[in-house]
Amino acid sequence: MRKRALLGLGSLCFLAVAAYAAEIPKNQRILQALNRLTFGPRPGDVERVRAMGLKKWIDLELHPDRTPENPVLVEKLKALDTLAMTSDELVRDYPPPQIVRQMVAGEVPFPSDPDRRLMVQKLVARYQKRQGQANPNEPGPQEISSLLTPDQVRALRTGTPQERLAAFQALPREKQDDVIAALPAGMRQNLFAVAAPELRRRVELANGPEQVVARDLMEAKLLRAIYSNRQLDEVLVDFWFNHFNVFLDKGADHYLVTEYERDAIRPHVLGRFKDLLEATAKSPAMLFYLDNWQSAGPGNGARRGLNENYGRELLELHTLGVDGGYTQKDVTEVARCFTGWTINQPQRGGKFVFNPRLHDTGEKVVLGVKIPAGGGIEDGEKVLDILAHHASTAHFISKKLAMRFVADDPPATLVDRMARTYLKTDGDLREVMRTMIGSKEFWSVGAYRSKTKSPLEMVASAVRAVAGDVDYAIALANQVAQLGEPLYRKQEPTGYSNSGKEWMNSAGLLARMNFALQLANNRVPGVKVDAPAAGVELGSPEFQKH
Amino acid sequence: MVGAGSAPLWLERALYAADAPSPRKKILVAVFQRGAADGLNVVVPHGEKAYYDLRPSIAVPRPTSGERREDAAIDLDGFFGLHPSLEPLKPLFDQRSLAIVDAVGSPDPTRSHFDAQDYMESGTPGLKATDDGWMNRALPKEPGKVSPVRAIALGPVLPRAMRGPKPAIALQSIDAFQVRNPEAARQFQQLYLESSDPVLQATGRETFEAVAMLQSVQKQSYTPAGGAEYPRGRFGDSLRQVAQLIKSDVGVEMAFADIGGWDHHVNELGQRASEGQLANLLREYGQALSAFWQDMGDRMGDVVVVTMSEFGRTARENGDRGTDHGHANYMFVMGGAVKGGKVFGQWPGLEKEQLYEGRDLALTTDFRDVLGELVARHMGNASLRGVFPGYDPKFLGLV
Repeated sequence: MRKRALLGLGSLCFLAVAAYAAEIPKNQRILQALNRLTFGPRPGDVERVRAMGLKKWIDLELHPDRTPENPVLVEKLKALDTLAMTSDELVRDYPPPQIVRQMVAGEVPFPSDPDRRLMVQKLVARYQKRQGQANPNEPGPQEISSLLTPDQVRALRTGTPQERLAAFQALPREKQDDVIAALPAGMRQNLFAVAAPELRRRVELANGPEQVVARDLMEAKLLRAIYSNRQLDEVLVDFWFNHFNVFLDKGADHYLVTEYERDAIRPHVLGRFKDLLEATAKSPAMLFYLDNWQSAGPGNGARRGLNENYGRELLELHTLGVDGGYTQKDVTEVARCFTGWTINQPQRGGKFVFNPRLHDTGEKVVLGVKIPAGGGIEDGEKVLDILAHHASTAHFISKKLAMRFVADDPPATLVDRMARTYLKTDGDLREVMRTMIGSKEFWSVGAYRSKTKSPLEMVASAVRAVAGDVDYAIALANQVAQLGEPLYRKQEPTGYSNSGKEWMNSAGLLARMNFALQLANNRVPGVKVDAPAAGVELGSPEFQKH
Repeated sequence: MVGAGSAPLWLERALYAADAPSPRKKILVAVFQRGAADGLNVVVPHGEKAYYDLRPSIAVPRPTSGERREDAAIDLDGFFGLHPSLEPLKPLFDQRSLAIVDAVGSPDPTRSHFDAQDYMESGTPGLKATDDGWMNRALPKEPGKVSPVRAIALGPVLPRAMRGPKPAIALQSIDAFQVRNPEAARQFQQLYLESSDPVLQATGRETFEAVAMLQSVQKQSYTPAGGAEYPRGRFGDSLRQVAQLIKSDVGVEMAFADIGGWDHHVNELGQRASEGQLANLLREYGQALSAFWQDMGDRMGDVVVVTMSEFGRTARENGDRGTDHGHANYMFVMGGAVKGGKVFGQWPGLEKEQLYEGRDLALTTDFRDVLGELVARHMGNASLRGVFPGYDPKFLGLV
């Protein structure tokens, strides 16, 4: 007890140094690894790692491709079909209202897939009805009373969940979609709660197709955190998405984030930082979020001009850090280098293009390096190269990783060693992680159970701890938001804090306790748990730490 | 196991209640506009020709421009005007309950949102090591028991400005601020009070004390007074609940609410000044402040609301009909005891050589001058050295 009380005083410097020098006992090492490198231990995980050997387990986590993915997860993700689609497919198959209007006007083709085409045609009918120009020969949405007998309505409204589902399934298929569209929101939600994945999807579509894209992203984040066999990979995807944060609700980004996380972030989280940086710099999601797609050099004839938003955040948040040794002049020069990095039709899920007409071809000097006049796309690429190899970047990235994985205020000696590895290996993130996990600080008394879980970590680890069975995860995602971390919806480019203590406040704490009780009492829709007594434990102070 | 400092909650409540008839306390409400509001399009220097030269497509037209009234600046004093979306605040200015400070902000040159917000909330520009916020330090020292909800922030996280050793509470909503199972609540309370983790112990303790305090408020339904209509959205909800808490007399002395979305790099205004992103956001902001005023009624005599944003934006519009990160900005100070009806501060001008670093509105008033005066003269906390260490605020005569 005395020893634990002492650890709480970590802010006292000499104690902190001592705490990071003292190793944890051998029997705590597996738990420390599971706490920090996964979304929390499940029942039996400690024994499994022990049987395999901790060293081998860590090595496998650092090479996720060597572990087959959990088939349960693969099956669950299959139902979320937007995850595999390109941005332009998303816009076409899950269109926002303005694209529906363009389809009506013949400016954009309808989806080719017959089922989707039918769905979009129903949206068009609804749109036209609102506009008062419905084709009298085509049936628009109908009143529920005109579609169903009073008995059927009663069954859907007041029956047990299973009776409701049976009443719905008894309807002919062609009538089902009309009924979904006509159901009041509450009845629709009741049906959703008992439906199989395929029917759930049809209900979600009736709520608005563009919502499906966001829901799939959030559900997938939770399902992967809870079920993936490649836990460190998932922790790192969350970390790096947050490092290169984009905001789902900023206009066109609604349809660009799926591709961004899948193709720009995920493949590189254990690769070279330079590749990750370049993938984000050329992603439509980032170009739109930080306005670079609209930035232009002088003399292009258009009304557009320089926009330094991306240039600044690239230096401050993505690479050097705010104290990394750049000036306002560097920000402007970097922004000039990236003029012409734009998007072809962002509102239709467009792709990155370099437009030489928007590019400022004058000479630039970035961090003392001259970039000669007359360049094109290579100006921006040169900047990325300078930044990716900069000592400030090595330090900034290392410190941020150490904050997430070791301690809120990581020891400088550890950060320095990680930064050296970064510079020695050309920014190989797997090697930086290896240096960190191999350090004595990672396995120290100072690090062990010192961090407060983020909302996502809290929710995922709670479901894992009680081996919850997740049918659908949207309610879990809403809980993460209640705890203070709306997924994909951090408006500011800083992303969420990696410091655990940032999450400790009365609102968050009450939300954690209420979530813990709801989960244990099977009151979180979509999740089945058999641990009626676990509520108090999951909401306890002990469980908020890892 | 439970330390001497944790008397049973019912006892503490009883003690506090015994103190309750004490005179009403002064209250300070701080509003943070996150994302760097474009002050030059909020408090419009329509008497300055350079303003129109620098902003050919997104300037707010002069009151005398011949534009429709709702698309032109609302004149304040012949030189400054309010953006037309802020029309609900004009009567407050006219009755001298709203003071405006212009060319005000943080002297630190950073144009990082994160750093600038951090500095403004810590109250120590340029100093990153400060680990508490100015509002926490500004809470007056009280002999004896204080209310567990004397400092409240609306939102899921406790803002930097309120962090520190004195109890401060974040709440998403008054109604959500409870554990809905009484038996579990008792167990949680015990576990947190006994936690060996000092942060969790302290947060848990503050939380349960505040929960007990708010139980009575949760039982009452709330209708804003004076026909006040708060706008839909988080900010309106926040101010409505601040009003409710103040009027419930549970001991609120400091409140904090924020409103985001001010980072308008692109298409800041529409084709008309009454349209577009900034116009819509200002409408929400102005309506919420005005509704709060109406709702509070006479109680506004004890209350001052101050609004701030981390920095201003470039004086010149950028290439996308927006503005980039700049320097000085504006602040509003609103309250029954405010000596308003006037734009405070020294106007530095917008000619090239008058701009900060050749691009931004220069700073002539430190934001700590405004906050310092409110802390000292409104809240009655004279030890400003502890609130804004290393700085000696110069009062403008706002209250």
